[in-house]
Amino acid sequence: MATIFVKRPKLAWHESWFISTFAKGLKITLGHALKTFLEITGKKEKVTMEYPEQKWDENLPEYYRGAPALVTDEQDRERCVSCQLCEFICPPKAIRITPGEIPSDDPWAKVEKRPKEFDIDMTRCIYCGMCEEVCPEQAIYLRKDYAITGESRAELMHDKAKLYQIGGKRIGLVNKWNELK
Amino acid sequence: MGHLLANIDLTFLIASVVKIVFLTFLVILPMVAYSVYAERRFSAVIQDRVGPNRTGIPLTLFGFKKDIQILGIGGLTQPMADGIKFLLKEDFTPKSVNAFYYWLAPCLTMVPALMTCVVLPFGSELRLSDLNGLLSWVYGVIGMADLPVFSSVPVPSVIADLSVGPLYTFAIASLGVYGIVIAGWASNSKYPFLGGVRASAQMISYELSLGLSIIPVLMVFGELNLTKMSIYQDANGWLLLPLWGEGLSLARWVLWIPMGLSFCIFVVAMFAETNRLPFDMAECETELVAGYHTEYSSMKFALFFLGEYAAMIIGSGLAVTLFLGGWSIPFGPLIGLGYSAGDTPLWLGLLHIGVFLGKIVFFILFFILIRWTLPRFRFDQLMKLGWMVMFELALFNVVLTAFLMWLVPLK
Ligand code: SF4
Ligand code: SF4
Repeated sequence: MATIFVKRPKLAWHESWFISTFAKGLKITLGHALKTFLEITGKKEKVTMEYPEQKWDENLPEYYRGAPALVTDEQDRERCVSCQLCEFICPPKAIRITPGEIPSDDPWAKVEKRPKEFDIDMTRCIYCGMCEEVCPEQAIYLRKDYAITGESRAELMHDKAKLYQIGGKRIGLVNKWNELK
Repeated sequence: MGHLLANIDLTFLIASVVKIVFLTFLVILPMVAYSVYAERRFSAVIQDRVGPNRTGIPLTLFGFKKDIQILGIGGLTQPMADGIKFLLKEDFTPKSVNAFYYWLAPCLTMVPALMTCVVLPFGSELRLSDLNGLLSWVYGVIGMADLPVFSSVPVPSVIADLSVGPLYTFAIASLGVYGIVIAGWASNSKYPFLGGVRASAQMISYELSLGLSIIPVLMVFGELNLTKMSIYQDANGWLLLPLWGEGLSLARWVLWIPMGLSFCIFVVAMFAETNRLPFDMAECETELVAGYHTEYSSMKFALFFLGEYAAMIIGSGLAVTLFLGGWSIPFGPLIGLGYSAGDTPLWLGLLHIGVFLGKIVFFILFFILIRWTLPRFRFDQLMKLGWMVMFELALFNVVLTAFLMWLVPLK
């Protein structure tokens, strides 16, 4: 590896004595202060939003990574087959699944399994999207909900009902369980 | 004993107590609280942020249209919220500390900072007898006409009119370092300890240049009484703005050069004395966690904080009094707003107080601006600057002033 010798700039006396450099610094800080001050007081157009009052939700991209949630398909079947891949991949171990069997008299008996319980601990989830990536059934998605707040830890434990409520229905995608095939 | 008591001037005593309460509780402490707020907002806008803008008296809850704002700046009650937060937080004393000194240190920081304000002339004088008309009207309304009224002797707007003003300030202000050193030592932890050691080294180094930098000023005034200095500057032009009265003489203009130098040294040394960036070696968040107050929490931590800001305010007050005319209004005598002993109307006295506070506010904003403009010095650079540059410069300045005063005598 070639060594690079960084040449220190030669400072003029007024620069090393903080005279011209100081004036330059003041110009930068005061310039920013003035600009932002005018923006705050509304004399100039803002480039930022005041979050809780103004939101940008409608502009969120399709691939936005918000809270993970479970989805059902067009026949309202739970897509998740409790393979537990997401549970294993989840880096902070936020997911806990208790697999359950589908009884043989159920129209979807051939799917064999669905989750009995499915909990995602939102105090642990890091919104990485690994679960969405790994799911062979396209059953778990990161939705656009980002303001996940609660007053207790229990409230931030999303159970199955909550996850389906956030997730809703997703149509198309995997069709291997459909009768049409 | 009876003889002693008989000699006490009751009016003087009451006036002093009123002035102390006014200055510390109604001026300095709110100013400290609001300079913390100003610091947060100013630093925010410098960094293109918004800063604390939400805390307000929720007038909207009572049916008003809007919360109180000045120029669209919200969050004006943030200092109150901060205060309440500090009072309600858990006051945690770590097991390993030396409890007595651990408790003593915050007081030792705050008290000297507040004590120094007694010599600052925060205004010219207040001729309270101007209020006698109003007073007798009030007495007339409540039907007791022969109650006492104010005497025609004006009350000077300074708590203690000492003839050793700056010396007193330096003597007390340098006690502030004990608070920091003791805090660092009593915390029994390495970062506070390093912070305390650094603070003491830094303060001792810069105290020298601070003291030396005002010697030329004292030579020009020939005087150690801050009140008289302000009066002189009011009549004859500020030290750094000699544009009226005697200020237009050649001697004053020749002396402007050493005075400017003095001012620069004084301000730099003041930054170091108050542990402000770029000289905040004692705190130095990137190296020492939070420096000497790492182990402190809740109100004890707040006291350190308040002490630092109080020291800043007093330091600014001293700089304003020495170099920028104290309470005097620029071109005051020319536009009829000058001071004349015993003949200053009450409104002008109040205006003088306002002008003094305005100058201090300006200085505080300058302090804040510098903090967010300059990066922190390295410790060896700081020591080098203190001992190899500032100290020599201050000494040279004394000699220069003496030479110039001999060459072009004042008056
Ligand atoms: S988004 Fe990441 S952290 Fe959250 S549940 Fe899925 S895999 Fe786990
Ligand atoms: S969500 Fe997907 S990956 Fe997770 S258990 Fe269900 S099917 Fe398997």
